[in-house]
Amino acid sequence: MTALDEIKIGGLGASRKRVEDNRFIRGKGNYTDDIVLPGMLHMEILRSPLAHARIVSIDTSKAWQIPGVHLVLTGEMMATRNLAWMPTLSYDTQAVLATDKVRFQGQEVACVIADDPYIAKDACEAIDVEYEPLPAIVNPEQAVAEGAPVIRDDKENQADNVIYHWEVGDAGGTERAFAQADKVSRLKLHYPRSHPSPIECCGSIADFNRATSKLTVYMTTQAPHIIRAAVALVAELPEHMIRIVSPDIGGGFGNKVPVYPGYVCSILASILLERPVKWIEDKSGNLISTGFARDIYLDGEVAMRKDGKILAVRMHCDADHGAFFSDAQPSKFKIGLLHSAFASYDIPVGHITARGTYSNKAPGGVAYRCSFRVTEAMFFQERMIQAAAHDLGMDQAEFRRINFVRDDQFPYRTPFGFLTDSGQYAKCLDIGLNAVGYTDFLKQRAEARARGRRLGIGISTMTEPLGAGNSREYDILGIKMFDSADLKVHMTGKAIVRTGARTQGQGHETTWAQIVAHELGIPAEDITVEEGDTDTAPFGMGTYASRSTPVAGAAVAMVSRKIRAKARKLAAHLLEVSEEDVEWELGRFYVRSAPDRGVTIQECAMAAYSNMPDGMEPGLENTAYYDPPNLTWPFAVYIVTVEVDPETGVWDVLNMVAVDDCGVRINPMIVEGQIMGGLTEAYAMSSMQFITFDADGNCVGSNYMDYLLPTAWETPGYELHSEVVTPSPHHPIGAKGIGECAAVGGPAAFVNAVMDAIDDTGVRNIDMPLLPDRVWEALTKRHDVSGAPPVRSD
Amino acid sequence: MTSTVYDDRDGQEATGVPMRRIKFTINGDKKVAEVEPRLLLAHLIRQGLSLTGTHMGCDTTNCGACTVLVDGRAVKSCTMLAVQADGHEITTVEGMASASELHPLQEGFKEEHGLQCGFCTPGMMLSAKALLDANPDPTEEDVRWALSGNLCRCTGYQNIVKSVLWAAAKLRAQAPAGEAALADEPAPEPEA
Repeated sequence: MTALDEIKIGGLGASRKRVEDNRFIRGKGNYTDDIVLPGMLHMEILRSPLAHARIVSIDTSKAWQIPGVHLVLTGEMMATRNLAWMPTLSYDTQAVLATDKVRFQGQEVACVIADDPYIAKDACEAIDVEYEPLPAIVNPEQAVAEGAPVIRDDKENQADNVIYHWEVGDAGGTERAFAQADKVSRLKLHYPRSHPSPIECCGSIADFNRATSKLTVYMTTQAPHIIRAAVALVAELPEHMIRIVSPDIGGGFGNKVPVYPGYVCSILASILLERPVKWIEDKSGNLISTGFARDIYLDGEVAMRKDGKILAVRMHCDADHGAFFSDAQPSKFKIGLLHSAFASYDIPVGHITARGTYSNKAPGGVAYRCSFRVTEAMFFQERMIQAAAHDLGMDQAEFRRINFVRDDQFPYRTPFGFLTDSGQYAKCLDIGLNAVGYTDFLKQRAEARARGRRLGIGISTMTEPLGAGNSREYDILGIKMFDSADLKVHMTGKAIVRTGARTQGQGHETTWAQIVAHELGIPAEDITVEEGDTDTAPFGMGTYASRSTPVAGAAVAMVSRKIRAKARKLAAHLLEVSEEDVEWELGRFYVRSAPDRGVTIQECAMAAYSNMPDGMEPGLENTAYYDPPNLTWPFAVYIVTVEVDPETGVWDVLNMVAVDDCGVRINPMIVEGQIMGGLTEAYAMSSMQFITFDADGNCVGSNYMDYLLPTAWETPGYELHSEVVTPSPHHPIGAKGIGECAAVGGPAAFVNAVMDAIDDTGVRNIDMPLLPDRVWEALTKRHDVSGAPPVRSD
Repeated sequence: MTSTVYDDRDGQEATGVPMRRIKFTINGDKKVAEVEPRLLLAHLIRQGLSLTGTHMGCDTTNCGACTVLVDGRAVKSCTMLAVQADGHEITTVEGMASASELHPLQEGFKEEHGLQCGFCTPGMMLSAKALLDANPDPTEEDVRWALSGNLCRCTGYQNIVKSVLWAAAKLRAQAPAGEAALADEPAPEPEA
């Protein structure tokens, strides 16, 4: 009997074509807005036009008179049910519908439920709200200025706009190390506010059935079980009477993790009206009010010896969280995993401080294609490293090589407490430099510079903590961050696997089957994958922060092993030998002394339902909960070359090389797709994509005319490298997270390239995005260019 | 049979919404519809015809998720009124495959991993179809320009471009000799 070919059965390492594509390419996906329920009504939200204002009055009488209107909800009505405010994922409160004040432009003020969305929109326009404007705060400096209006005057004991102070590391040791430094290099920058902006906006259909007391909510959520828990706790409904279904999701990128007022209002409306209520946000509502990302000010320095060795690092972060502190992140960490900064480098000591403040901007800091503020951490790390190399007069690649964590140092404890698991950093860098033709490019750059042309090369590395938990350190509001998988093998050897994660384009329906195929030898095409329905899926924390493969994927491997252990007993029974005499090869058990005598996993499955040994529980099903011992730590090197036009400030990408070491690749095709998507978001953030505010708190970037996303026309091509594979030592199949690495590490590569092209100007920083006018200003005025709000009027 | 029911508010039932009768063809089927003049074509397709493969992304003609073909031209259906479709022929993603056979663009998107979340995919494929119908042998630059009205947040476009070129090659291979040269219209020049 020849052994199964794992690639042919769609196992580990197969670039298997995606199962989910079959419906998407036919237009047969099932997104939230595609769902129609009998008797369904439609909800629209009225939003505040002002960033900060006291509500004097709300007159809804005209809206009620419009034929087809069923309900008009205001904050006052929500308050009578104790639902005007809701708890956030970061132990703060957030207004569902405003009662006292509006605190950001776009805040939810009222909503209308009507026969169709056109009528609901008409009725929203018929609502009369009188506001008394208040001064708006759009950055941390304004937030802490003397006499600043207190945004959260709803909170007792909140006398200013500061949310928290947080620190990590060794302040004293860092101070001493800085005192011994030959050279200290400093950098200040603003990582602009951004928005994940999936093409599909948020939405929900709440369907409360009075007869059964069951509430079913179809909604755009990356974490359906967290939503179920939140609804149980906030709406005080029994958890077993709540079913959250997350259908196909048109992109998430972190935006679909938080609980939004629209969800809550649609649920209350359905309970009040006893009919299904659909809410589908429009794009401007999505951009202006839902989970933003970044918006932090970083100021740091590194202490160095003159030979280039880094002795210490320190950094301060001012984080602008908007009107409510509703960041989606592990509860222990006020500013996410910002302290993963500098994890690529062997630095003995460091100290990080952070301060969070309120502003009159949308709340909901989310991990936009990153593991909780790691994007900001890695961006600062790599911008700082380049500035430091430049200050020392040292080659930027060599400076990185000298300071990298070496292969033999793993597992490596960072000065901020993380334990990085594995990696081959220098090897990745060498491959990247070789691919981009580093030495040749430096020559070209020098020759071009002599002729007045500006070429630049930017390097970025990233070490990303992916796959929260472990449960000791990672929880959200006390719920530990493990994940789960449930596997049922049917009698004919076909199977269904369900997990607590929720795919939004990452291809779980394809890759989870590949893990089962790898563990059990059941062909991937015989395995269905299902996620997103809390009535059927095992409890899990959802998909974000690249945690699916590290946690839920691990659970899929572990549950497969449980199934295999039972199948082994069935095999021994069928082969009439003792279990100890049974050996496993992919898809088959055989007798050790007689390898020709064997039974397939499919035969074992049939026996589990038709011929089990006496005393054995029938069936072949199991569930695994996986609590990871550590995060997985992928590494990457991204190198970009650019040419900057000194006349216009326009820069073009000449080449982009990506070397990603994400451990074992389950489906290389999908992994590469994730990397290319991430690189494009990196390009977007560095070149055009940001949200800002004017001095009155008006959001600039509230539609796709202002919030620029790159198209196929602007987006550069990428050269991907997969030569380096360092399996995670603790993940069951050696995989690491990958979905976000390129978005995390990529931006600094683009920015460093442009900064390298203008390295003779004395300019230390241009804030992202590197819009041509900013680059032109830096080049001609020879000063740093800030992009911090409010937008300049000059 | 259809019926429209209004709330009776003390005898003042809702009236006065002027309805217009339009005739159009969708995916080869002839239809007659009574629509409000302000109804968007995208909503007629999604709600009136239950063809939910046409997605709504931005409502402002930027993202292209709602792209359909009107008389063979790629049009963003969120910015066209349903009444404007009167007398015209519309193709949506549901009309791309013939019987059980996928259109080469659909195959190409799967083969080259040209989609992830799938939300932009129908619009992307229809923009690509408009291109290939006019220009059977596009360059990578032609494809990038033709798709520049369609946003994708997942893929980074590289594989989408490959998907379209894959489909173009297959269509050319399938075409009887000489047919490509007889395409209805000459290829549009990229304007960049």
